[in-house]
Formats: sequence, C-alpha cells, structure tokens
Amino acid sequence: MNWTVIGIWLGALLSLSLYSFLYKDNPFYKFAEHLFVGMSAGYWVIYNIKNVLIPNWWNNLVPAEGGMQPIWLIPGALAFFMLLRIVPKLSSLSRMSLSLIVGTGAGLSMTAMLQTNALAQVNGTIIALGQGGGLLSWISNIIIVTGVVCGLVYFFFSKAHTGVVGGAANVGITVLMVAFGASFGYTVMARISLLIGQTQFLLFEWLPTMGINL
Amino acid sequence: MRLVIPLAITFVAGMIMILQFFVPATQSVGESLQEWYMIVASAAIFLGAINLLNVHVHKIRFKAPNWKYSPVTIAGFSVMIITGIFFGIEPGKPFDYMFTQMMVPMGATMFSLLAFFVASAAFRAFRASNWRATLLLLSAFIVMLGRVPIGGMISPKIPLISEWIMQVPNLAGQRAVMIGAAMGMVATSLRMIFGIERSYLGGAD
Repeated sequence: MNWTVIGIWLGALLSLSLYSFLYKDNPFYKFAEHLFVGMSAGYWVIYNIKNVLIPNWWNNLVPAEGGMQPIWLIPGALAFFMLLRIVPKLSSLSRMSLSLIVGTGAGLSMTAMLQTNALAQVNGTIIALGQGGGLLSWISNIIIVTGVVCGLVYFFFSKAHTGVVGGAANVGITVLMVAFGASFGYTVMARISLLIGQTQFLLFEWLPTMGINL
Repeated sequence: MRLVIPLAITFVAGMIMILQFFVPATQSVGESLQEWYMIVASAAIFLGAINLLNVHVHKIRFKAPNWKYSPVTIAGFSVMIITGIFFGIEPGKPFDYMFTQMMVPMGATMFSLLAFFVASAAFRAFRASNWRATLLLLSAFIVMLGRVPIGGMISPKIPLISEWIMQVPNLAGQRAVMIGAAMGMVATSLRMIFGIERSYLGGAD
C-alpha cells in the first residue's frame, strides 16, 4: 500500500471539502471542520504531554539518576487543581493555579514587554537623521521619528486633542492609517500565498496521482 | 482566605519574576517558577480537551443541531491520542503521518479561506470616503501589488514603493502601537501583581 499517495488523497479531499464552504455551508465542510477540531485538540494534548509535561515535570520529579524530588509535586498538584474547574464543588481550588499563571505571566511579560516592545523600539527610533545617506534616507528617518512620536501622542488621552497636541495627533492618525493599510495588504498577501500553495498542491501533487499532468 | 491565598500567590510569583530580572541571585528561583508556570498552564490544554469532549458528548446525547458531526470530532481526537500514546510522535509514525498529511493541509486550507473573506470584507468596508481612508486604501493596494509579479511588470518602482511603505510609515505606526501596548501591558501587569485587578479570579470577594 502506497502511504504517500493515500496521504496526498486524504489531504486533497479534506482541502476540497473545506473549500466547498466558498459555495455554501454543506456536510462535506462540516465533516472536515469537525475532524480538524478533534484532531487539533488531540494533537495539542499529545504535544503537551511529550514536550512539556514529561521533560519539565516528570523528568524533574523522578530524575534519571534515581530518587524523587517531592518539591515537583507542588506544580503537579496545582496542575491537578486546574482540572478541578470542571468539578463545581472543588472549582475554587483552581484559583490557586490561575493565580500562579497570572502572577508569573504578569511578571514575565512586564519585563519582557518593557525591554522588547518599549525600550528596544524607542532605541530603534533614536536614529541620526542622515543615517543611510541621501535625501530619501533623510525623509524616511524624519517620517519614522515624527510618525512614532505623533502616533504616541494620538494614544495619549489624558490631554484633550486640541492645539499642538491635536495637530500632532492628526499626523499620528495619518501615519497609523498608512500602517494599518500596509498591514492589511501584507496579511491578505500572506493568505493568498497559502491559497497558492494549496492550489499548487492540488494541481501538481494530487492530479498527477490520477495521471493528469499539467 | 479564599481571596487572600490566590492574591498572595500572584504577588509572590509576579515579584519573583520581576526580581530575577534585576537580582542575579534569584534567577534560579525564577527559572524554576517558569517551569512550574509551563506545567500548570499545560493543564489548561487538558481542561480544553475535556470541555470539547463534554460539549460533543452532550450534543450527541441530546441530539442537538448538527450532532451527527460530533462523533467525527471525538473520533479525530481519539485517533490522535491513541496513536500518539501507543506509537510515539517521531517522524514516520502514524501520529506524525496524520499531522503532516491531514492536519497541515487542513490548517493551510482554513487560513487560505480567509483570503476570500478578508478580500470580500475589504470590498464592502473600504470606501474612499475621506482622504485618510483613501490613504489606507492606497497603502494596502500598493503593498499587495508590490508583492506579486504583476506589480513589477506594471512598473519596476511599485515593489520598491511597497517596500518603502513597509519599512518607513508602517514601521513608524507599528512602533507607536507597540510602545503604547507595552505601556498598557506594564500597567495591567502591575495592577494584577498588586491585587488591584482581580477579574481573573471570577469576581471573588
């Protein structure tokens, strides 16, 4: 049995079932959609066991060199408490697990976001205007600096957007509009590239299995 | 006590994560806490899976609309779990085969479907009603045109303009959004660590 050909057929039939939604909602689409949801959930559960729980919890709780590290029972217990959310009488225990997740997440993201999304971006904006040489570099660098500052002014709601602040906020909106347009175009093209990839799969991998070569 | 213990855990965990950034001596504690975080957060995936099964079993039992598709979800879930546990997840095993031959094409198709919906939504929503809306429209159009061969065929300058839009005004706008979001994130994180923001505890008092 040629498993490669079976795999191509499975992928092609499921892809076509999903594309059938472009016509209208139908049983083929619903079948593929439900299958995708179920398989994805199963995939992430197994992925989680093999790549998170075994290396990070089990291997620490029962190390290869022998013995047991009881301290690792605590995260195990907290993970178990999280599952108790489905038991109404014991669901309040899951608050402790949630607190650990929220506290650690907040502490982690606070420093990380400050470093990468605030300080690094400010650092990247402090550029010599002539950097890169040429008139276009000058103009580009002025637009970057002005755009960032005015964009931030637009997001500053503690002062009324009137006078100089209003003018700066207006420039900020303009820069943001161009940025949103560009991001939209970029996202659409990323989706189109996936569509092209799937079309190529159907035309150049699936059709040849039926002897149709384009 | 029902509120004090969770708030204390949030405070201690949050402070350790901040401290480990500034005090090297606390780094090992911070690293262990990050592992604890991954372990506990991973339980949420199990919770999601249990909930998914619950919903579909409930749909089958009460013959809810479209219940006939629920066994498909349960079967898909079970097959992935069974193959993953009994055969392993290494390349070439049934689990990996189903991932590459079924899930990857389905995932790519789902996301490529969005191309049609985004395009149709844009067609309905994008109107050159004022000069800023026109600017948004133009910027999107040039970026899209610059990323396909026909753009370069119309004029070799279109891909260059598209690249300039991405590198300059888009960069400026994205940076402003990122810096603003980072400030918001810092404020929200501090509110959570100090127990001012408690909505994640489900309105406990």
